[in-house]
Amino acid sequence: MATVSEGEQRVWTRKDLIGLEDLSRDELDMILDTAPQFLAVSERESGIKKVPVLQGRLVVNWFYEPSTRTRTSFELAAKRLSADTLTMNVAASSAKKGETLHDTLYNIEAMYTDIVVIRHSAAGAAGILARRHPSHIINAGDGAHEHPTQALLDAFTIRQHVRRTRGDARAGLNGLRVAIIGDIAHSRVARSNVWGLTKLGARVVLCGPRTLLPGAFTKLGVDVTSDLREAIDGADVIYVLRIQLERQSKCLFPSIREYIRLFRIDKESLKAAKPDALIMHPGPINRDVEVSSEVADGPRNVILEQVTNGVAVRMAVMHLLVNKPRVAVQGAEQ
Amino acid sequence: MSVVIKNGHVIDPASNTSAPLDVLIIGDRIARLGTDLRGSEEIDATGCIVCPGLVDIHVHFREPGFESKETIATGSQAAARGGFTSVVTMPNTEPPIDNGGMVEFVNRRARETACIKVWPAAAATKGRAGAEMTEMAELKAVGAVAVTDDGSDIASSWVLRRCLEYADMCGLTYLGHCEDASLVQGGAMNAGLNSTKLGLSGMPKAMEEIAVARLVRLAKLTGAKVHVCHVSSAGSVEIVRWAKARGIRVTCETAPHYFTLTDDAVTTFDTNAKMNPPLREAEDVAAIKEGLQDGAIDCIATDHAPHTPTEKDVEFDYAPFGIVGLETSLGLVVTELVEPGLLTMEQAIRLMTWAPAQILDLPAGKLAQDGPADVTVFDPHAEWTVAPEAFLSRSRNTPFAGRVLRGRVKATLCDGRFAYREA
Repeated sequence: MATVSEGEQRVWTRKDLIGLEDLSRDELDMILDTAPQFLAVSERESGIKKVPVLQGRLVVNWFYEPSTRTRTSFELAAKRLSADTLTMNVAASSAKKGETLHDTLYNIEAMYTDIVVIRHSAAGAAGILARRHPSHIINAGDGAHEHPTQALLDAFTIRQHVRRTRGDARAGLNGLRVAIIGDIAHSRVARSNVWGLTKLGARVVLCGPRTLLPGAFTKLGVDVTSDLREAIDGADVIYVLRIQLERQSKCLFPSIREYIRLFRIDKESLKAAKPDALIMHPGPINRDVEVSSEVADGPRNVILEQVTNGVAVRMAVMHLLVNKPRVAVQGAEQ
Repeated sequence: MSVVIKNGHVIDPASNTSAPLDVLIIGDRIARLGTDLRGSEEIDATGCIVCPGLVDIHVHFREPGFESKETIATGSQAAARGGFTSVVTMPNTEPPIDNGGMVEFVNRRARETACIKVWPAAAATKGRAGAEMTEMAELKAVGAVAVTDDGSDIASSWVLRRCLEYADMCGLTYLGHCEDASLVQGGAMNAGLNSTKLGLSGMPKAMEEIAVARLVRLAKLTGAKVHVCHVSSAGSVEIVRWAKARGIRVTCETAPHYFTLTDDAVTTFDTNAKMNPPLREAEDVAAIKEGLQDGAIDCIATDHAPHTPTEKDVEFDYAPFGIVGLETSLGLVVTELVEPGLLTMEQAIRLMTWAPAQILDLPAGKLAQDGPADVTVFDPHAEWTVAPEAFLSRSRNTPFAGRVLRGRVKATLCDGRFAYREA
């Protein structure tokens, strides 16, 4: 992999953001290097948190699954770029019976839409739309497939933290060990993070009950274990996934009680981790289930920074897709 | 009226014939095979292979109930274009073919609208519900050639056992759609690396293999004759091979997509690569080819499963299972099996004619003197590109669009009449 020299200019070319599996290391760096300027917009002392980057553009948030965090984050990102926004919450069950996905998008596009942010319960939904329609499609989560902006904001948050603690403005994720804990099988967040983190040079270990941890992940160059202590031993980042309580009824684990016993991140289990390991979570948290309140609120957590950074990263993605700017890739050491 | 097919190379596996011969047809019968034969009409088959009309013992013609996908008329036209003169239709229509009247309906529609021979398979259980067996003696009496709940398996081993015993008493072969449905929760594709990457729910090979193993054990227990449909995995081939070596009365089929494609075809979420059983992995494709070579797999069937473009143009999870196959089967066999030298042309034609006909004891699949004049003429070297929009089938759901194949049907005669003739 080529080292990116300081100040090198790169041009963004993609129309859509569907998944991190497709993106190159350079493209990941372009997004991460575009985000800080937008973080600065949100943090302006003047309180005027707006830039005219997408003025006059229409961003449609099209959500087939309930979502608060991701939807509001995209909505805010669009608003801070001065775009007009429209949010459509659709029950997937009714859509299944009526209009097809493509037909709905043809209708949205008939109103001159620029960006369509889609969240859907079926894997592949965003990709099949992107291949047929002229709009810029941003995948806000498709089934268990990908959730690219989540993994981007996660990588950004880790990088930001590393740079701050090391006092090195060019530090990257290279060589970091990231443990992702929980329901890997059903997690698009885990999948996108596997692609993103490994491309950025981190080592990833996936941990969860065998029933929720497909062995095929080892073929993607990550470690897989059901031993929590082994997973977090030496980890720089502990990424906790939300456990869905209803998995119990599908015979995927016996009880929350036993899940807690084996997989909860709390003061006790963290004894196996580095004292300064970061605690991350994509939200929403089941307090005291996958992570104890003490840890979730503790000094190592960057959970709310993830939320803050999410807006900036999504602003960066929208800017890149629509304006295809030249980006001075400052990059990170490889 | 007489027709002579001249200058072709005749391959008739039933009589071990493979020679340059003419075929003389008088009326609806084959008068004889010979040299320098004359007839009132002549078909020039120079450079072509002349073989028995192909036999496909696993198709879905969707009538009654789903005529927007296919009808007996359009399905038979697609079949004729693919070189087939005999097909066995599956009973998972709406209503299903689970009583004598429904078998007679299919037979009547075939008489009225089909250009080839349509042999109905009937359901093994009433309503295909897997609980009570159908009136198999009557089904047999009115022309059903097999019983099956294809589309789903019979979950209860008790019911399956009794169906096998009763079907055997009635002289009907049971066609097994082998799938342990309890192992599949919303499965959409093969379980493996690709399903893990795509986040799609996987259907493990064990789901098929458990059911194949159960079926051959019950065939041993009951002594009944069983046939395993659409074998897709290496493990299933191994189980069938094991059972055959022990004298169990089992045969099986595979479909062209299982020796052609892997689940890599799903990575674009192409719903035309979604079928049940699903596309597997490279090791399975290799095992299917090996099974076709060594006889573990008895025949090739298409599992022709039409669905409308609208039904397929949806999210992968929501798309129905199945692909059409009748118009691409011969081309795929020639291109994927014969040209690379895995099978001789004679072996390949046997797998598509005499072998399947024997499994269900159909009066088809051979060029016998005074036998039915079901004859296919195809150019094994002619190259063509799969163009779904030109299919005679009512549906277009193929993963082979744009693929260049060799082996093109020139004419298909059924009972001495042209069912298809290349323009």
